[in-house]
Amino acid sequence: MSAILDALLLGAGYNAALVALGAGLLGVAAGASGSFLFLRKRALISDAVAHATLPGVGLAFIVMVALGGDGRNLLGLLLGSALSAGAGLLLIEWIARRTRLPEDAAIGAVLGTFFGLGIVLLTVIQSLSAGRQAGLEGFLLGSTAGMLRADALVIAVGGTLAVALTWLMRRPMTLVAFDADYAAALGYDIRRIDLAMMALVMAVTVIGLKVVGLILIVAMLIIPAVTARFWTDRSGRLIWIAGGLGGVSGYLGAALSSAAPNMPTGPIIVLVAAGMFTLSLFLAPVRGVAAALLRRRRFQARVHRRQGLLALAHGEPIREPYTLRLLTRQGLIRPDGVATEAGRAQAARVLRDEHRWAKAREVHQDAGLSGRYDGLTPIEEVFTPDEIAEFDRRLGPPVIVGGAA
Amino acid sequence: MHRPDLAIAAHDGQALPTDTCPADSPLAVRGLTVSYGEKPAVFSVDATFPARAMSAIIGPNGAGKSTFLKAALGVVPRLSGEVRVFGTPIEKARDRIAYVPQRASVDWDFPATVLDVVQMGLYRRVGLLGRMSGRMRALALDCLGRVGMADFAHRQIGQLSGGQQQRVFLARALAQDADLYLLDEPFAGVDAATERAIIDVLKGLRDAGKSVVAVHHDLSTVRGYFDHAFLINVRRMAEGPVETAFTAETLHATYGGRLATTQIDEVMLSGGAA
Repeated sequence: MSAILDALLLGAGYNAALVALGAGLLGVAAGASGSFLFLRKRALISDAVAHATLPGVGLAFIVMVALGGDGRNLLGLLLGSALSAGAGLLLIEWIARRTRLPEDAAIGAVLGTFFGLGIVLLTVIQSLSAGRQAGLEGFLLGSTAGMLRADALVIAVGGTLAVALTWLMRRPMTLVAFDADYAAALGYDIRRIDLAMMALVMAVTVIGLKVVGLILIVAMLIIPAVTARFWTDRSGRLIWIAGGLGGVSGYLGAALSSAAPNMPTGPIIVLVAAGMFTLSLFLAPVRGVAAALLRRRRFQARVHRRQGLLALAHGEPIREPYTLRLLTRQGLIRPDGVATEAGRAQAARVLRDEHRWAKAREVHQDAGLSGRYDGLTPIEEVFTPDEIAEFDRRLGPPVIVGGAA
Repeated sequence: MHRPDLAIAAHDGQALPTDTCPADSPLAVRGLTVSYGEKPAVFSVDATFPARAMSAIIGPNGAGKSTFLKAALGVVPRLSGEVRVFGTPIEKARDRIAYVPQRASVDWDFPATVLDVVQMGLYRRVGLLGRMSGRMRALALDCLGRVGMADFAHRQIGQLSGGQQQRVFLARALAQDADLYLLDEPFAGVDAATERAIIDVLKGLRDAGKSVVAVHHDLSTVRGYFDHAFLINVRRMAEGPVETAFTAETLHATYGGRLATTQIDEVMLSGGAA
């Protein structure tokens, strides 16, 4: 336990602290920039971008070795991965634009092809450099074990740039995500804005390769955004909430993984993010599952109460067990189904409301007002007292309710 | 049935379209062709919309009304043709145009409030780095007030009725403070009160010297609402003042068998009363 605490408070050693801070920064960048992918409904494209980095990693290694350098130079590998991810991205865009194939099909085809090519290259490299461990497999699932200060610097600088670019592009990207036609009419170049969004995602993917790995970077881009959606109804806030959630999962995940020996960093970070998503899914105030369930139950109770009271008012028997239980619990009927004093009063009120609504529809042909009748809204919420007095005048003297009972 | 001379006949007493776009028209189009795949949706269309007037683009479903509007705006690419806005290429006149897309073209579950959407109309003016100042906010609220939605500013857009959504889109266009307003079916699927509110705003714009061009579906209100009519069915069918261009003959030519003669008579009668 104290090992975890140490790690969380950056006390687990220089390298662990470096990793945790780097992963936190990466999380902020990924969460914020991934928000636009989610809002633009193109989350899947990040999966293709990530998988398309792999051949670039392999090719960069081969080129650097052939030039007599160190094949594991991180900047060189990242540059290679960026180039091949860019090629994959342009290929998807080209296929979707030039053929009748939908974008998701293009994504599937490009993702598989590039990843397959990358795996072949990695296998070749492994067999060539037999004995010498190239360590390129770390790019698949992330490996922070040998992270250097220079690597952390790459993440810090890249992550900061990505966040800054997200902030700069927030208005055009929001506009394109919500209403691309309107954005085009305003004179924005939709294709260029989309490409900028993709470039941003690509940059985050590339700098995250070392920490999270290409298979799971998608989760860093998308999970914080969908989690944030549970907590806000405004895109401007969504971006920064997603950034915050991403940062927290990156930091916590990296710290936790460094506390336990041989724990992979990427999967732990993703699991932390998934944990926050699950909590939000159930507990978020308006959009959460629990809140929706509660709302539905309340609504159901209102419907049953209204129906039950109307049945009482008309002197009809109530047959549904749920309605009977509800009215008994509220003290409106006795267990044998006969209305109590309070029940008769409530029934009279509900019946009066119904009559008033019927008059309101007669008097006000305007669908805007009388169209609000849904059997549940009390008429006092829609019409003014003088209007209701007019309905009552037209209705005549009140009718004795439940006279038969 | 086929009357190729109709487009010309409708121009009696009007100047025939010339080869070049007149500079005094807020929106003029020459030889516009738009094609999805190899089937033209709009073919070689000329149109000249008058300034300080309400113009209707009328035609059956699939006649290319929305496509015509989008191509004129450069939202969909055009295969051929020339578009002039106030006598200049559209790129130079972006700030003078406000577009109101079809309400159903966006996802209303998008995380935004009513005010957020209206402020989108101000993005160009604010720029990439600018701040959405209090003055800009007040302007957006004022535009909401003009469409009767001031009390809804902080509502989530997913909670709006169809008519309210349409009003928000109109308010966003008003925020641009443009000279030419292009609307795609602003009255489709809205309640009667909203239709009145929208037409009042549009007529107010025209009376203030602005130009309005709207794709319009409801033939019975053309005469009451509009000054100028442009009938299209892939090709231009008729164009001119409503009294001369919107007739039983031109409707027949535009809609073909899709409108029964009795329906056309009804439209003409109801239009005459307005």
